[in-house]
Amino acid sequence: MSQDECASQALGSTMLTHERGFHARPSIMLTQLAKRFSAKVWIGLSDCGPWTDAKSIARVMALKAPQHTTVFFAAEGSDAADAVGALVKLIDSDFSSSIES
Amino acid sequence: MNVEVGPLVNKNVGIVIVSHSPDVAKGAADMVRQMVGKEVPLAWCGGDPDGGLGTSVDAIETALHAAWSERGVVVLVDMGGAESNSEMAIERLPEKKRAKVVVCNAPIVEGSVIAATESSGGSGLDKVRLAAEELYPRM
Repeated sequence: MSQDECASQALGSTMLTHERGFHARPSIMLTQLAKRFSAKVWIGLSDCGPWTDAKSIARVMALKAPQHTTVFFAAEGSDAADAVGALVKLIDSDFSSSIES
Repeated sequence: MNVEVGPLVNKNVGIVIVSHSPDVAKGAADMVRQMVGKEVPLAWCGGDPDGGLGTSVDAIETALHAAWSERGVVVLVDMGGAESNSEMAIERLPEKKRAKVVVCNAPIVEGSVIAATESSGGSGLDKVRLAAEELYPRM
């Protein structure tokens, strides 16, 4: 499989501490943030997948990740590292960071 | 009959919520505003002109104009007359606008929030509708 020269890959993980896990509002915030990046972004509950499109609100909500789950991110594209960094930061901030820029 | 208009933002696909009950429509719109934000044009309507439960073609038409976006508008309905009256309201629009309005086959509350989330990320009309309909694909 050929890869775009500019494409880069990034991986990251963090512990989900939000008291109710991935309920509606955190899922929406995560999806909205993922959509700001041009990279393809996936979320998974294990470092070997299965991977879910982090830009799909229905699929992220369907993960129903509970509190104390380790969440993994994988991204591919020119801003992959930024995307993973921002998503990890969102979870580490317990979704307190504003979605407005 | 009740129509409420959100702030004028039209770079994203608009959302119109049509329920037999103004309380349901307003409640779903409140969820969109609080959970998704204000980047999406949003209008809701519910109730018949006499103050009872029902839907009104006039009110839906007003809501469609209120939430209008050049990128299109998706309509979330609860049941029966809400859908047929929405189709009638869409028929009243000028032809160019008509092609950019779709009624989603999705539950009204969840569909509104999901569609708005997709719209807020800048997705086009088809993607916004598909996102709402993806929630319960067998409906």
